[in-house]
Amino acid sequence: MSTLPNGWEMVVGLEVHTELKTQTKLFCGCANAFGSEPNTNICPVCLGLPGSLPVLNEKAVEFAIRIGTALNCVIQGSSFHRKNYFYPDQPKDYQISQYDIPINGIGFLDLPDGTKVGIERAHLEEDTGKTTHVGGSGRIHGSDESLVDYNRAGVPLVEIVSAPDIRSAEQARGYAAELRAILIASGASDGRMEEGSMRVDANVSVRKGSDAPFGTRCEIKNLNSLRSLQRAVDFEALRQIDLLEAGESITQETRHWDEDAGRTQTMRSKEEANDYRYFPEPDLVPINPTQAFIDEIARSLPAMPAQRRVELIAQLGGDPTQAQRDQLMAAVELNVDSFITGAIHAGVTPAIALARTANELAALGDEIFSLPLDDYVALLKLEDAGALSATQSKAVLADLVAAGGGDPAALAKQRGFEKLDDGSLDGILDEIIAANPDEWRRYCEGDDKLTGFFTGKVMAATKGQADGKAVNAALRTRKG
Amino acid sequence: MSENPTSLSEEDVRHVARLARLTLSDDEVGRFTEQLRGVLDLAADLEALNLDGIEPTAHPSELSNVLRTDEVVASLNQDAVFAAAPKIIDHRFSVPKIVGDAP
Repeated sequence: MSTLPNGWEMVVGLEVHTELKTQTKLFCGCANAFGSEPNTNICPVCLGLPGSLPVLNEKAVEFAIRIGTALNCVIQGSSFHRKNYFYPDQPKDYQISQYDIPINGIGFLDLPDGTKVGIERAHLEEDTGKTTHVGGSGRIHGSDESLVDYNRAGVPLVEIVSAPDIRSAEQARGYAAELRAILIASGASDGRMEEGSMRVDANVSVRKGSDAPFGTRCEIKNLNSLRSLQRAVDFEALRQIDLLEAGESITQETRHWDEDAGRTQTMRSKEEANDYRYFPEPDLVPINPTQAFIDEIARSLPAMPAQRRVELIAQLGGDPTQAQRDQLMAAVELNVDSFITGAIHAGVTPAIALARTANELAALGDEIFSLPLDDYVALLKLEDAGALSATQSKAVLADLVAAGGGDPAALAKQRGFEKLDDGSLDGILDEIIAANPDEWRRYCEGDDKLTGFFTGKVMAATKGQADGKAVNAALRTRKG
Repeated sequence: MSENPTSLSEEDVRHVARLARLTLSDDEVGRFTEQLRGVLDLAADLEALNLDGIEPTAHPSELSNVLRTDEVVASLNQDAVFAAAPKIIDHRFSVPKIVGDAP
């Protein structure tokens, strides 16, 4: 936990925009797709052409309510407003958003560290188009232009606004990580920060002590990873403290996080840009979800990350080590814990299921979600039974994920990972015992600590191909 | 914008013009201030009504929950999309350089 100098305290609130996993946009039937050719998923509605009328996507409403329910929000009747601004990322010159009455009101999020962060609202709005800025030395025609692709304009978003309850950069990261896990669990979003489907802006201010009034805040944009978020919040709080301690004041503004330079920079001053002239959207009628619909969504929500952590601890049995707790946190955060529970249910030793999933499987990227659970379990069972060493198991796992599944025993054979037959193990043991007579004598006299010594020698001699259990058994037999 | 519409000032008009990226001459500012004041005064008549106990109306029609199913329909083809665009580069609309990022 980093601490700020001289009794300063940071106050942070996060605004998280998450794209919803609908097939179509919020107000028209254009595809909601990432990576299409520019300006192919657009129509008169998302271009705001005269005579076109928006019609609300029912799936987006359901997803928004799923998110609100998962965040313990008050679900309420709501309506849409136009947010007017002059910028080419919206061809209509306004964004349809929710203003005074959002679909999800006050809620809260419990963090794994035991703290609670309030949710002020989680409202529906449409995404903007994507602008690419081309400078004098830019790659296109060397001209000073901005290029706009409207495929993303109109894609449904939920903006989740936290209360200014966050007091450290670690907590900000923890909030964003838990929120992402909840968004993924709710089925409403894929939570991919690197693709921009989840975007985090941080409002940061500082004050002297926890009773002082809030200071002037700055909003930080361009936080593309949890790591960037944590670094940027820490940097910004210290920047503000330096200014205040030098007798200067903070200007309320939007700042851009430069990941390479590790600092925030002025993007634009806020005062004037903020005059959005909200007014009710006349082309859309209110949303009044029925209680039955809200209840149905609450019933259909799967287990949330907090509950999944509790269940995992129970499945592991006993008292998990700190390393295991860390593994468990990471597994739930990365949404790979179903592999652990699946493997444990299938009879794999819990510690192996946990370690292999949190450490190795989770590091192999999104492709792991196409890996059939049965194939994964089959691999862990080979390791569990001693047919593969841990090192071999990890190598086969990478092959298995790359191939999108398959028979782990066959893949192990392809790599030449054959279980050593007893005959060759005997020969190797003969040599090792002959080379280490003192250790062997002490082992035979009852010094069990030397089991590890001999097992290690065998593993080194066989490049990890020997089965640890078989080696132990052979050692015991020879000792007599 | 001022609280009391009748007090709409020339400065308010210049502010709105700036938000809309309009350049107005001094003559135009004077003329539009007068005209906008007239519009706002008309709307201000509503302030005289006693609305105690009346729920705000979100929409003049009494409809709610007008929804469509989440099914993809064909979008416009690019020729139609770009038909009225002054300049296209790499299948994108080209606009004068914007400094900074989206609001």
